[in-house]
Amino acid sequence: MSEIDQSKIRNFSIVAHIDHGKSTLADRIIEMTGLLTSREMQSQVLDNMELERERGITIKAQACRIIYNAKDGQEYILNMIDTPGHVDFNYEVSRSLAACDGAVLVVDATQGVEAQTLGNVYLALDDDLEIVPVINKIDLPSADPQRVIDEIEDIIGIEAQDAPQISAKTGEHVDQVLEAIVSKIPAPKGDRNAPLKALIFDSVYDSYKGVIISVRIMDGKVRRGSRIKMMATGAVEEVVEVGYFGPGQFIPCDELDAGMVGYITASIKNVSSTRVGDTVTEADHPCEKALPGYKKVQPMVYCGIYPADSAKYQDLRDALEKLQLNDASLSYEPETSAALGFGFRCGFLGLLHLEVVQERLEREYDLDLVTTAPGVVYRVHKTDGSMMELTNPSNLPDPSEIDFMEEPVVRAEIMVTTEFVGSIMQLCEERRGIYIGMDYMEQTRAVLHYRLPLNEIIYDFFDALKSRSRGYASLDYELDGYQRSDLVKLDILVNKETVDALSFIVFADSAYDRGRKMCEKLKEEIPRQLFDIPIQAAVNSRIIARETVKALRKDVLAKCYGGDISRKKKLLEKQKEGKKKMRQIGSVEIPQKAFLNVLKLDEQ
Amino acid sequence: MPEQFGVSGTPYMEKKQEIELYLHLPFCVKKCAYCDFLSFPSGAETQTAYVEALKREIRAFFAEIEETEGAEYCLRSVFIGGGTPSLLPAEQIAGILTEIRSDLPGAVSMGEPCEITIEANPGTLDLQKLSLYRNSGINRISIGCQSANDRELKVLGRIHSFADFQKSFRLAREAGFENINVDLMAGLPGQTRQSWEKTLRTVAERGPEHISAYSLILEEGTPLYHRYAEKDAFPPLPDEETEREMYHRTEEILREYGFRRYEISNYAKKGYESVHNTGYWDGTFYKGFGLGAASLLPERGIPSGERAEGEGKIRLRVRNTEDLNRYLNNPSSCSHVEERLTVKDQMAEFMILGFRMIRGVSLWEFRERFDRDLEDVYGSVLQKQQSEGLLEKSGGRLRLTERGLDLANLVMEEYL
Repeated sequence: MSEIDQSKIRNFSIVAHIDHGKSTLADRIIEMTGLLTSREMQSQVLDNMELERERGITIKAQACRIIYNAKDGQEYILNMIDTPGHVDFNYEVSRSLAACDGAVLVVDATQGVEAQTLGNVYLALDDDLEIVPVINKIDLPSADPQRVIDEIEDIIGIEAQDAPQISAKTGEHVDQVLEAIVSKIPAPKGDRNAPLKALIFDSVYDSYKGVIISVRIMDGKVRRGSRIKMMATGAVEEVVEVGYFGPGQFIPCDELDAGMVGYITASIKNVSSTRVGDTVTEADHPCEKALPGYKKVQPMVYCGIYPADSAKYQDLRDALEKLQLNDASLSYEPETSAALGFGFRCGFLGLLHLEVVQERLEREYDLDLVTTAPGVVYRVHKTDGSMMELTNPSNLPDPSEIDFMEEPVVRAEIMVTTEFVGSIMQLCEERRGIYIGMDYMEQTRAVLHYRLPLNEIIYDFFDALKSRSRGYASLDYELDGYQRSDLVKLDILVNKETVDALSFIVFADSAYDRGRKMCEKLKEEIPRQLFDIPIQAAVNSRIIARETVKALRKDVLAKCYGGDISRKKKLLEKQKEGKKKMRQIGSVEIPQKAFLNVLKLDEQ
Repeated sequence: MPEQFGVSGTPYMEKKQEIELYLHLPFCVKKCAYCDFLSFPSGAETQTAYVEALKREIRAFFAEIEETEGAEYCLRSVFIGGGTPSLLPAEQIAGILTEIRSDLPGAVSMGEPCEITIEANPGTLDLQKLSLYRNSGINRISIGCQSANDRELKVLGRIHSFADFQKSFRLAREAGFENINVDLMAGLPGQTRQSWEKTLRTVAERGPEHISAYSLILEEGTPLYHRYAEKDAFPPLPDEETEREMYHRTEEILREYGFRRYEISNYAKKGYESVHNTGYWDGTFYKGFGLGAASLLPERGIPSGERAEGEGKIRLRVRNTEDLNRYLNNPSSCSHVEERLTVKDQMAEFMILGFRMIRGVSLWEFRERFDRDLEDVYGSVLQKQQSEGLLEKSGGRLRLTERGLDLANLVMEEYL
């Protein structure tokens, strides 16, 4: 490949609030620039994770190189990086943006500026990126582009009068977006002759190629055979292949030059030697200073993850290691539970993140998992004046050593149609929310502002919200410090033995209610056994609720003659198989799914 | 009588192999609400064609035995089940039995005595039919009574009343049947403990030799199953506690009338235990003829020189097609191997089926048959179940306790 003229390269991301049409626009751009025919197009080309397509959300940033013949008669290389929209995945957005020179900001013409529109803009401004606003969904009858343009100018403070007004769905005016990218976003300004300096903005593990790192070349160049060095870890490797991103595939090329976005493989088998945010340089001519890299993100939600089959512990460890390569915000450390054996305490950015990680572990790594109740990071102030951050309820010190405890709170914005405002407000009050205010967006839509303890929204708040608003409410939140609270540890005892995996921290006044519900739920989940099984909830060793699983009275087949024997044996085998999926706690067998199901407290 | 089939002084290996025959007649007047057996109403023509196919299958099987080297059997029982076999003209039944008797190969000797049972339902019997049964060698009849309460019969979808049963029973005696079983069902919709006890006493007073008392099972796919899948179905089923009380009372009440429980759901006067059914529980070979019928037979066809260790002892559970046309076209080659039972599988069945019998399993018989010590094979499970009070050991036998009988599945699954 001949040298690429940097002035003909544009590196950009598309950012938007969730559902404003970011991935659809990316699809349309790929289709228009002729990378794929419309027949080959599969909706949401860049969302190639099975989970992403299913949920219709973007979880992982994805890059794609496009050739565009602009109206000025020149051919441009556009490197487009799709980014997630949900607040939980903000860190992915900031990683992608660091590799770009500009960002296309997509705003829904019917919804206007929303929480993540702003959030993404701030991230882009942090990186000094040029922002190209685009008004999407003008084909919808309720579209009001002018109002949205005014909103962008008022709230965000960027020029938007000439923003392309498009429909990514129908393709209308999408060409204007490409022109705006070419004319507004600056070309990269790297020095091709300087020592190599490249930012790792993502990495994945491939069982054939080893670790594949996605890079933006800031200065210099890299080709097959180059000896490269990871500046943070010090690892030195020889490059096996470089290339750029086709839609959903890797396309090898000779050389990656300053200004380009692409990938590098180097037979890196050791997952820990590459780190997203690190700088790649030449081993023999290192650049002087590494790039700033990324801020480490702090997990907000923790839970224990255990392999259903304890023999799979090592597999789970490998899977977590590989997943972390691709998702630096996931943290984990080994822990042991008396009930569940060996596993990991994992930290997540939010509940969606937790769910996504759990699902990816189960699907991509084929693991059966048992997860414990998600919890937040509590601050325990001890009587000796020290403070500990508590991520696992089992580590709570004896009450006599605790002076007071604090819990994290969030500022929540709940968007809801006005008819449901009453029931949503009631829900927030039940969850210890403090009302801050309410804004009307339109006549029928309002935004409720609440201050809520994080631990009240990590269980089933989202489900409750949806069920009380017939699916219409949406929730956004950001951490807003800690507040002192009256918190206690609720223990669950099965047959008089504490099941550590079921313990959790709860607001003292809710303990009785939660304990009672947990016991009721567990009673449904634990199959009857040879003896009565008491299920108790306790706070500080004081029993506050109790249920009993009555002993099994009858489990016998009335008939078994010559023609039935095979079938009856199968029934018995199935019953026996079911028991293998149970955890032995003392002399009681508890189905694995019970650990999950008890957390799903009914809304009613 | 059961003694001669149970523990005997003769070592297993020297004893001539016993075999039982089952004949399936899948026809009925109308399907009952709880029935998941392979049965259906049909016309006389189909029935005639079916009886012919049965005979062809019998002939083919006997010919196969004749050709098999070293196969030698003693015919211990014949069971004509259904469906409602008594629906067919008695001549057809007699014809089938004649076929068996006249074609019996030299390698199969007739048991002395040989129990020959027919299943019958009230409303399908008359004196002439019953006499013909007797004359054709049938010496035991099993009548489906189910309940002495007509309301309960109706819920089950039975086509007869209790009075119909009483009449059939009287006629059977009149025709000379000295071994009569009555089928009864407990745990029925709307049934109370009182009505069940009344059914038991009313029937026991008629003096049958044998009573089978089954707890109702709601089998998937039956109308009754669907009806009771709904909450608040009426009339309600007895709760588990009541159902178990009914079960325990059954044993107490029937004991008053001279019956002994010898299997989970079977009660007999001394010497009248069902030979045929006992065969299913003690691992006797059986050959089933007819639609969907199952057989348990030794695996043949591997020359003894080429057999791997233990392979000569493999048993097969074979099942005929459940497709009527396929069966009618080719009754003798429409079967498939449902299970290939290794010695280990056979040990499991020995335990599972043996535990259905109140007398339990014999340590000695286990050793005779498998050349291994039962307590070596299942030691830890046996220990655990004895300590849980599910199993007890005495007189060289292991049997389920009263509680073990209630929870038999829990016990049995551990041997699989």
